[in-house]
Amino acid sequence: MSQVKKATRHVNQNEGLIFEKSSPGKAAWRLPPLDVPEVDTADLLGEAERADLGHMPEVSEIEIIRHFTRLSTWNYAIDLGMYPLGSCTMKYNPRINEAVSRFEGLANGHPYQPERISLGALRILKTLTDCLLEITGMQAITLQPAAGAHGELTGILLVRAFLQKQGNPRKKILIPDSAHGTNPATAAMAGYAVENLKSNSAGMVDVASLAAQMNEDVAALMLTNPNTLGVFEQEIHKIADILHGKGGLLYMDGANMNALVGKVRPGDFGVDVMHLNLHKTFSTPHGGGGPGSGPVACKNFLEPFLPVPVIVTKADGTLGFDYNRPQSIGRVRAFYGNFGMHVRALAYIMANGPDGLRQTTEDAVLNANYIRKGLEGVYDLPYKTPTMHEVVFSDRVQAKKGVRTGDLAKRLIDYGFHPYTVSFPLIVPGAMMIEPTESESKEELDLFVDAMKSIAEECEKAPDVVLEAPHSTRVSRLDEVAAARKPVLRWKP
Amino acid sequence: MRYLPKSPADREAMLRAIGARSIDDLFAPIPNEYRLNRDLRLPRQMSEPEILEWFQKCSRENGKGLPSFLGAGAYHHYRPVVIDTIISRGEFLTAYTPYQAEISQGTLQSIFEFQTMICELTGMEVANASMYDGSTATAEAATMAMRVSGRRRVVMARSVHPEYREVLATYGQHQDMPLTAVGFGENGRVKMAELERILGEDCACLVVQSPNFFGTIEDVPALAELARSKGALLVVAIAEAVSLGIVKPPAEADIVAMEAQSFGVPLGFGGPYAGVIATREKYVRQMPGRLVGETRDKHGKRGYVLTLATREQHIRREKATSNICTNQALIALMANVFMTVYGREGLKELAKQNLAKTAYARQHFGRHGKALFDGAPVFNEFVLQTVEDPYVINSRLLEENIVGGFPLKKFYPELGNAALWCCTETTTRASIDAVGAVLARAQTAGKRRPEPEPEVVR
Repeated sequence: MSQVKKATRHVNQNEGLIFEKSSPGKAAWRLPPLDVPEVDTADLLGEAERADLGHMPEVSEIEIIRHFTRLSTWNYAIDLGMYPLGSCTMKYNPRINEAVSRFEGLANGHPYQPERISLGALRILKTLTDCLLEITGMQAITLQPAAGAHGELTGILLVRAFLQKQGNPRKKILIPDSAHGTNPATAAMAGYAVENLKSNSAGMVDVASLAAQMNEDVAALMLTNPNTLGVFEQEIHKIADILHGKGGLLYMDGANMNALVGKVRPGDFGVDVMHLNLHKTFSTPHGGGGPGSGPVACKNFLEPFLPVPVIVTKADGTLGFDYNRPQSIGRVRAFYGNFGMHVRALAYIMANGPDGLRQTTEDAVLNANYIRKGLEGVYDLPYKTPTMHEVVFSDRVQAKKGVRTGDLAKRLIDYGFHPYTVSFPLIVPGAMMIEPTESESKEELDLFVDAMKSIAEECEKAPDVVLEAPHSTRVSRLDEVAAARKPVLRWKP
Repeated sequence: MRYLPKSPADREAMLRAIGARSIDDLFAPIPNEYRLNRDLRLPRQMSEPEILEWFQKCSRENGKGLPSFLGAGAYHHYRPVVIDTIISRGEFLTAYTPYQAEISQGTLQSIFEFQTMICELTGMEVANASMYDGSTATAEAATMAMRVSGRRRVVMARSVHPEYREVLATYGQHQDMPLTAVGFGENGRVKMAELERILGEDCACLVVQSPNFFGTIEDVPALAELARSKGALLVVAIAEAVSLGIVKPPAEADIVAMEAQSFGVPLGFGGPYAGVIATREKYVRQMPGRLVGETRDKHGKRGYVLTLATREQHIRREKATSNICTNQALIALMANVFMTVYGREGLKELAKQNLAKTAYARQHFGRHGKALFDGAPVFNEFVLQTVEDPYVINSRLLEENIVGGFPLKKFYPELGNAALWCCTETTTRASIDAVGAVLARAQTAGKRRPEPEPEVVR
């Protein structure tokens, strides 16, 4: 542990479950006096009246603050340091985003309030729409999907509606073997069969196999570009041509858009429909797993099928929602999407401007290449193809000592870092997928490279230290098998 | 750019280390013909005060602070201050999904507590970590019922939130899910006789909402009994979570699909909110979404992990129970803090205030219109039929800086000039009285015109 430069052990507080602190009579609330006559609830509700609220907690405000503050200190977070999860784009979450999203008119706006008192929200939606269309080079967009996978579903439903209108929705979706699991799961939800597409030795779509597999049964190819190896699909124009030649569509999973913003636009390289992850590329916070936002951008020929409502400029120049869209795939969510995330993403775009966004992309790619250079030769690099915003190593060398990617990841925790993405993409056995994002300084990257090198040395000299890691956390490795075998999914007295 | 932690010298040094001449070398893999050789046409880089000002203007033009009688699936409740204090902690705000359990115990334990409280409130045995919102939770509850029952047809009450129904139709359209609607009766509840006819041995589930879109509390035990007699599951959607403080939980349901927005989540022009699915233990392996479970580390210490992941897309791919990955974790944390603040007694008292305000408004407004759906209890919403068009009434109210109820014409033309009114603990008697005065004037104005009494068709 002597080589750990980034972190130092520090006391943190123990804390039980909130239910264990509860006792009758404690309270953290007080209501204002009722300004209307009291009611007899039994009389109003009859049979439907609830007797009691079971084991809901009764605690004071100070206990609540301490409870959650203590819990929070057990988490790693971007605010503490580098969070190099591949394809997750864990970048800095600017605080002005949080400030503006809490302005009263925006935070308290009701989704059904009349349009004439919703001009502020409508302007935000319209401005974001315009910005995202310019960034992607696409022609139409919906902000309704709540996350990336939700955007995928929306996008594939658009494809299906379009093909259906041509007379045949077709049967299957092609998905590269390097794809995220949401892609095949989405295809199934849209009623399609999934056909796997093998990658070539450079980690890219094998254009010859694609040409062989492409036929009139294929509705679309779902492609992540750059793909999950951090490799730009150089033959993207051929891929698009092959699909279009047989009447299929090209769907782009925008999870890795942080490698492209301001440098190249999917709309310019043949993509028909794509989603964006505002919680990745556009800095809205991950919040421990969400909320996200997954706008779907498309070419004009898919526009008639977008979910209702779409935002329009009316004859008198004011903004409003258009619900009269007979060819729409329908709604994918109530109201208009995760508006609060739209506000944050727009604030991020404004803080960056065109020059800032381009510099951001360049720094993200610079950082990934710097890590690649630093660790090449220490860890196995299965694909030598040029790296964009993320780099994938494997545990091939360390596995000879019995140390696997998951162990290396756990050891990284002791060095004060969050692990990289473990065992993904699936085409790399023992994958270690590293995406630093633009938010890391040279110093932080140097510390990371040092830590990874030090761990590699430990694998040679003292593999048990790595195999038993982490050593410095409040809990050691948890028994996941027992958790799944006999699930305990709630507290019971 | 102020978010980027590098000096020009750092960039130079890094490029040298990599062996690249310039940054363009690193973008060489992108074919030249596609590269963007101009600036994006976007607003120029703005300073903090400029951004604040731009959004402040938007905020001012967005109905700032007007008293409102809108509910209809999005409710204005008071949000205790500590909610934002807690969710603003960077360790919650800027953490990823808790896959690395050893450094995510804060998020994991809070989700475990959330799951527990949702079970306590709904009467279910297990609850997941969250879904996108109430509408997608309801849609995924229906597809879950299809997997559990091995049947395909879904019967859904017309008194379920119209936008939830639209989302379910979208989700079901390529799942071979025939969808049948069942209407509502004089008392606003599901028409039992019609349901009896419609519900068959081919039905995967019956989907109802309680309190329903009109605020009416459904007879859940009776609906469950009827569904069970046909071998169908009962899915109960809950859009107004605060109702659980005083309304009997739908413990007879098989799946509860809930919107947790009422628990401390800002209206935010429709999102982000947080859906939840809760169900019986025996159905847990057909559940969509993440689950947190309790376990031990190698020293026997209690800890929490994401569990039963073999249901999920990253393991099962096209055979997963859903494609959901990112959910609404931070919003679930808001709800968690809210439930903790109000707790066992506070939620009841809070719900009682909602009930009292609504009863007062219903009685008061009922003098100037017809409060529909007598004969079954309501929670904090009710339908008022008026002589005059509710859009006209609302325009008049807006002149007095009040946002009126939700006109129902768009979704329920058969109800005529009807609107859905909502009162929460934040609604003041003064604003209710002010609406009453405007309604009284509307009534007089309406009576002067020879307009036929609107007919109620159900």
